[in-house]
Amino acid sequence: MIATVDESRLIAGLRDGDETVFAQLVDQHTPPMLRVARGYVPSHEIAEEVVQETWIALLKGIDNFEGRSSLRTWLFTVMINIAKARGVRERRDADVAIAAYTGGTVDPARFRTGEDPWPGHWREGQEPSPFPDTPEGSVLGDELIDVARRELGKLPERQRIVVTLRDMLGFDSSEVCELLDITVANQRVLLHRGRAAVRAVLEDYLEDRS
Amino acid sequence: MTGRDAMDCNELVELVTAYLDGSLDLDTMARFDAHLLECDGCEHYLQQFRQTVRTVGKIRDDELDPAFRSRLLDAFKDFR
Repeated sequence: MIATVDESRLIAGLRDGDETVFAQLVDQHTPPMLRVARGYVPSHEIAEEVVQETWIALLKGIDNFEGRSSLRTWLFTVMINIAKARGVRERRDADVAIAAYTGGTVDPARFRTGEDPWPGHWREGQEPSPFPDTPEGSVLGDELIDVARRELGKLPERQRIVVTLRDMLGFDSSEVCELLDITVANQRVLLHRGRAAVRAVLEDYLEDRS
Repeated sequence: MTGRDAMDCNELVELVTAYLDGSLDLDTMARFDAHLLECDGCEHYLQQFRQTVRTVGKIRDDELDPAFRSRLLDAFKDFR
């Protein structure tokens, strides 16, 4: 999560050509921008070009930047537009495809079936157990972050982008819908499936470890 | 869990993100909460989901490639 800071000082710095301010913003925002851009374009090199173009667009526009959105939201909005224009991946009625999928996010074998008096409830021995609390910097905590990072990288593109923006970068739901031009319902579906996939690998990892 | 309004576990697990976002309608939220009161498995599932979100929130981006960083800073100098 990135704390909201008073950005007027930073914007004034950019207008004055203060390189330290620029470097600070670059360090803060470039890695997540690259991560998200990579979802739209076929190579890391093109993602870098997209991000570079975005920074140049900011510098060109900084005198007119009104601060109606946060700098970060502005950067991601512009970056995604540039990335889309450069992207070779097609959208092909993505919203329809999201809505059409109806499968569950938890292995159906874990639930009781129609013959059971409690159909749809956890089977005995299949009930989830709580994940352990892991203190900051603990070995297990670091392992779990690593497992989550790997799974995030394997998610289908749109799930990965939504989970990254929401849970890793802390954008809220309405910002993500606007950035990606998707409905609230579809954003939620993508987020839920992505989170559920990460949850499942964390659960497997913890079971194997114990 | 009885009555026609009862929520099943396999229904609940698909609503967790909507629940955490506070976007369930009030009836569904009431069924969700009622189910949680009686079902340890689902309470644990919700806990796992929260922990998952928290864990993803701790993933840090890779360090910025120094060569790319200098390219951006050069672009800034050129621009000025």
